Amino acid sequence: MSMNERDLLEDKHFEQVISDESICTKENIVYEKPETLLDVSMHYCPGCGHGVAHRILAEVIDELGIQQEVIGVAPVGCSVLAYNYLNIDMSEAAHGRASAVATGIKRVLPEKYVFSYQGDGDLAAIGTGETIHTCNRGENILIIFINNGIYGMTGGQMAPTTLPGMKSTTSPFGRDVATMGAPLKITELLAQLPGTYYVTRQSVHKPLNVRKAKKAIQKGFEYQKLNKGTCFVEIVSNCPSNWKMTPVESNKWLDENMLPFYPLGDIKVPKD
Amino acid sequence: MKELKLMKGNEALAEAAIRAGCDAYFGYPITPQSEVLEYLSREAHARTGMVVLQAESEVAAINMVYGAAGTGKKIMTSSSSPGMSLMQEGVSYIACAEVPCLLVNVNRGGPGLGTIQPGQGDYFQSVKGGGHGDYKLIVLAPSTVQEMSDFVKQGFDLAFKYRNPVLILTDGALGQMMEKVELFPQQERKFERLDWATVGKPADKEKNVITSLNLKAEAMEVINIHLQEKYREIEKNEIRYEAINCEDADYIITAYGLVARICTKAAQMAREKGIKVGVIRPISLFPFPYKAINDYASKVHGILDVEMNAGQMVEDVRLAVNGKVPVEFYGRMGGVVPDPDEILKALEEKIVGVAV
Amino acid sequence: MAKVKGDIIIDIEKCKGCELCIEACPQGSLETSRKVNNKGYLYIVKVEDTCTGCTNCALVCPEGGITVYRKTEKGKEQIAKISNVTKDMELKVN
Repeated sequence: MSMNERDLLEDKHFEQVISDESICTKENIVYEKPETLLDVSMHYCPGCGHGVAHRILAEVIDELGIQQEVIGVAPVGCSVLAYNYLNIDMSEAAHGRASAVATGIKRVLPEKYVFSYQGDGDLAAIGTGETIHTCNRGENILIIFINNGIYGMTGGQMAPTTLPGMKSTTSPFGRDVATMGAPLKITELLAQLPGTYYVTRQSVHKPLNVRKAKKAIQKGFEYQKLNKGTCFVEIVSNCPSNWKMTPVESNKWLDENMLPFYPLGDIKVPKD
Repeated sequence: MKELKLMKGNEALAEAAIRAGCDAYFGYPITPQSEVLEYLSREAHARTGMVVLQAESEVAAINMVYGAAGTGKKIMTSSSSPGMSLMQEGVSYIACAEVPCLLVNVNRGGPGLGTIQPGQGDYFQSVKGGGHGDYKLIVLAPSTVQEMSDFVKQGFDLAFKYRNPVLILTDGALGQMMEKVELFPQQERKFERLDWATVGKPADKEKNVITSLNLKAEAMEVINIHLQEKYREIEKNEIRYEAINCEDADYIITAYGLVARICTKAAQMAREKGIKVGVIRPISLFPFPYKAINDYASKVHGILDVEMNAGQMVEDVRLAVNGKVPVEFYGRMGGVVPDPDEILKALEEKIVGVAV
Repeated sequence: MAKVKGDIIIDIEKCKGCELCIEACPQGSLETSRKVNNKGYLYIVKVEDTCTGCTNCALVCPEGGITVYRKTEKGKEQIAKISNVTKDMELKVN
């Protein structure tokens, strides 16, 4: 259908309201894209949680005023091109090795802020070893873990965090725990390690959750400044394309299926 | 005054790392190179503040190197054959992202878990790739404990000159044996903000990204072409080799590393028998001294290549000689070090006896 | 308290029409347009003049494509009292 045909078919069931120039002035801005988030279109599918996670990360970097002091590590996965959207120095790691790369950076630049941004396949499958040992050494970095229970970039294969019975291209009849293993709750596992200081699970599927997730990322950077050990923020997210749902459906599905299995909230909080 | 010390090859290498002003070492224990990690753990931090970290695996170690070296600091790792194999993915990323760093392979006999005795079976891995894709390391092959020390300093210089990883390819015997070494003076560890490094984006500058990814084929080809141009430049400037008694030689032995020293003894024994033999020892395995070997090939009747493997560098020697004279191979494998007698015997049987 | 008046501007070229903002809007101010942007997405438009500037739409927007404005009859001072996500955190670092 061409654009013109679409226009002709338009049933005019609503009228677009033009923005009010007396309200839309610079001094009345209460929310805008953070500066650290570059003004480009992201490659993510419509409705993908990565965009929100990138944005709140950029907001925290802006609000803490650490853009010049932060170095990020991108993973292999959908967010492999995260450095195209964040206006900070970044390193693009091999699959699963982001926390090792972040360790290397932090060890030689201990006064800087270092974070890794990783998906579930990257962090909890191929990179499990690096993840556990980075946290066990208590590296003073922030690990942001996006868990959507699927391999997005390669086309919807089963991830270590895929729910029992959940269908993927490599568990086409649903994840059979007897033969494929149970989903790995790596966040709970990492909370057991003495090296982790702050471990929390958040989501970005509703406005309130977005604010909480942002707060968690902020805490992660603040604790890093205090050299308290590894901070780990899991963000339970969606994958509309590979879950084969609309974005709105996917967030509803996340709420009803992912969150009972991966309950939100702090798992390890600082004692002091 | 000269600072002379009797040291193990691995220790001399570690000492040189401290003195060269190395900022961080990430490694994992493996025989026969564990002394490097041990020596640095003991000495480095107190003396220069150098970071020494024992990683959970060679895979983690090489990726720590990737991250740390991306800051423009002097970073190194070392391992031995099986560990080096584990590192290859990371090495490919490092080469493509043009992150300067120093790698050391204290080669042991392979394949597989192999032995813990010395070997040279990693020549192909070191020189021809090892990891995926078209990339080259600058590969230096020491033959003395002195060179184990000197090449650390030279290696860092080359790495930063070309923004390319440098590999010191040595073997278990050189790593373990003790020799007199003249140590170079301590260099200051200084931090320079390099314009490509990821150390935090200044307000007035573009961000830096260390990456080996480019999803557009044409753009990735541009990166490849740039890398190849750099390798041609390295080939033009950085060829190193040693020609020992080659001027009047009728025959030549080619060998690298420790084996070259054994071959020098074999050549001496041959001269005592009236056979004029010289030795060519490639020091830089990439870039390889093709032209030098080709030039000498015009003056001799035959070449014997000797290695502690099934015949790897001999392929490059044959490429260099380009059919001018016969090139034969003699090798021992599995961690066996050849002695001068058997090399002389091989020379007589394979080259002197048959060459015109 | 004076009535709060809000408004938004959607960067329609960034919009991918995911409709998460429609779902998040408590005022029902948003709808999917019948027109496509340059990338071919049916973008989101404001259809009701009921916006309070609550920022919910911008919070869930994966594209960072919504700018939110807010104004009261009494002017700027009132705005500062309203919970504002970009200012509600204590900055302890540095």
